[in-house]
Amino acid sequence: MANTTPITVDQIDEVAVVEPQQVPQNLRRGQGKRHVAITGWLFALPFVLSFALVFIVPILTALRNSFYGQVAQGGGLFGGGGTINQFVGLDNFRAAITDVRFWRGMGRVIGYAAFQIPIMIGLALFLALILDSYLIKRVGGFRLAFFLPYAIPGIVAAMMWIFLYSPGVSPFFRYLPAGTDFFAPNVVLASMANMTTWTFTGYNMLIFLAALQAIPHDLYEAARLDGATGFQIATRIKLPILGPAVLLAVLLSIVGTIQLFGEPTLMSIAAPWMGNDYTPMMMGYASMMGQLTPSGTGPASAISVLMALIAGVLAALYALVQRKVGNN
Amino acid sequence: MTTLVSTPAELSAPARPNFVQRLFQNRDNDDQVPPPRSFEPTMTAKVITRIVLIGIAIYFLVPVFWMIISATKTDPQLASTFGFWFGPENHLADNWNELMSWSRGNFPRWVLNSLLYSTSAALLGTLISTMCGYAIAKYDFPGKKVVLGVVMAGMLLPSALLTIPLYALFLQVGLANTIWAMIIPSMVSPFGMFLGSVYAQTSVPTELIEAARIDGASEARIFFTMVLRLLAPAMVTIFLFIFVATWNNFMLPLMMLSDPSLHPVTLGLYGIMSIRGIAIRPAIILGSLLGVLPLIIMFLALQKYWRAGLAAGAVKG
Repeated sequence: MANTTPITVDQIDEVAVVEPQQVPQNLRRGQGKRHVAITGWLFALPFVLSFALVFIVPILTALRNSFYGQVAQGGGLFGGGGTINQFVGLDNFRAAITDVRFWRGMGRVIGYAAFQIPIMIGLALFLALILDSYLIKRVGGFRLAFFLPYAIPGIVAAMMWIFLYSPGVSPFFRYLPAGTDFFAPNVVLASMANMTTWTFTGYNMLIFLAALQAIPHDLYEAARLDGATGFQIATRIKLPILGPAVLLAVLLSIVGTIQLFGEPTLMSIAAPWMGNDYTPMMMGYASMMGQLTPSGTGPASAISVLMALIAGVLAALYALVQRKVGNN
Repeated sequence: MTTLVSTPAELSAPARPNFVQRLFQNRDNDDQVPPPRSFEPTMTAKVITRIVLIGIAIYFLVPVFWMIISATKTDPQLASTFGFWFGPENHLADNWNELMSWSRGNFPRWVLNSLLYSTSAALLGTLISTMCGYAIAKYDFPGKKVVLGVVMAGMLLPSALLTIPLYALFLQVGLANTIWAMIIPSMVSPFGMFLGSVYAQTSVPTELIEAARIDGASEARIFFTMVLRLLAPAMVTIFLFIFVATWNNFMLPLMMLSDPSLHPVTLGLYGIMSIRGIAIRPAIILGSLLGVLPLIIMFLALQKYWRAGLAAGAVKG
């Protein structure tokens, strides 16, 4: 065949018009684009449908449910069709917004995020910059050691730290001053922050390390020849390049922290005073399961929707501030 | 066609490999390039760095080490003996028996459940996200940009927030408290789809697909016999990430599964712990260790893949 140059998908129609006699028959001249579109959709369909089922439908149901209340009718709450849904307008939102427990929980997770995220990201950045520098040659072992906690499920990590915080079990208490209490009301957030930091520092470090390794080494060599120290290279060249990766890590951490659930749920076994509404997510779960009034799908969905809104606003705010600072 | 498949590198080999390809290629190149002699840091700086790094490594490793030691002790020994070395006698077998009795013999089943959920979700999830990623990278279809945009937004959505409405939905259609309540939500991974499309874009040459089409191969055959092989490294990464995320999920099984024989290992251990309260026994520690062992083995065995996958995830930053 004369025309041996490969044809890209976009060119099929064009080629068919210009040299119809040279197009192989199985390209279905003229219909190429449509054929490609249909095939593309068929490949995408299984994922798109599952995504719709697992992401889109729940969001829509949550939005819809948040406008409905569950009214008991005869039998108990879970007595088999014992409740009916009733449109209540914005009542669920009003109830959540005026509920002091919701805002206390929100205050806790935001306060938690405000000191845990900087510590974790700072430590991850520090470790990534050290491992990427000439200060250390063999990095494989350290990298693995720092990352290992990520392989441990959050709930198991939380159990482990609860043991390490408990007198009578923990090996540390013989070295600590008498009266140390990791479950005291003003300490418990820090105790949980330590769990999260322990689990996710290595993960963030690896992401930063990957971004650092993409920087061409000639850049450092040039800076060196101009007399830059290793510290200057790290702070003036590497840190600015890491900016976008850090921004993303902080955004994902904010989103993750707002939905804090597993760690406080376990901590509340050891520290029962925390109750079942210590974080907004715990409150949503408890009201879904009928352990808290107002209960039911409606109030629980309203809490979910509010949390998503707050998480979105916080993340957007952070991104905006970051961009402002970056421009100046 | 077979010759084409076995030598895709010849066809694709660009003059300068792009970021993602470099990551997958250089995955075994762990150590630093030796610096020119004049850049060599002083001996003191190197020693201090090493001490600091070892100190931080101890923070990350000591809790795990303590769990291994504690799984061999009795409850009173935890506080009465030195915490970071083995006690006078080994109580591993007693702790195992206690674990079995507290879980009413369910513990091995919980581990198997975790394996079942994670493996099924990861297999199905890898297939559908690779197919979709490939379609987005290599086909032009209406609505493609919308799909990509919505899925990317899904990546930033707090996923636990979906659990409550998802539970309400699954309850309505009668899927709550079945294995599908674990597998279906876990298999959808926006990150997997994203990674699949980035990788397909860079490592599946369009010329190869065209050549196969001209040879008369159907689209499905092109995908299943050719493209899947080219995408293998990305697929292993996606598999691993869905596997780990499913294994570690706590809120989803807590809401969805009420039958103890369906519990995954994390939820099962939580159940024992909430019954036992603060009087914690080495049995739970042993259970936790056995519950994370499959994950740690997998992480160590597939190290090069998840590192490359994480790196590709960093590209989006």
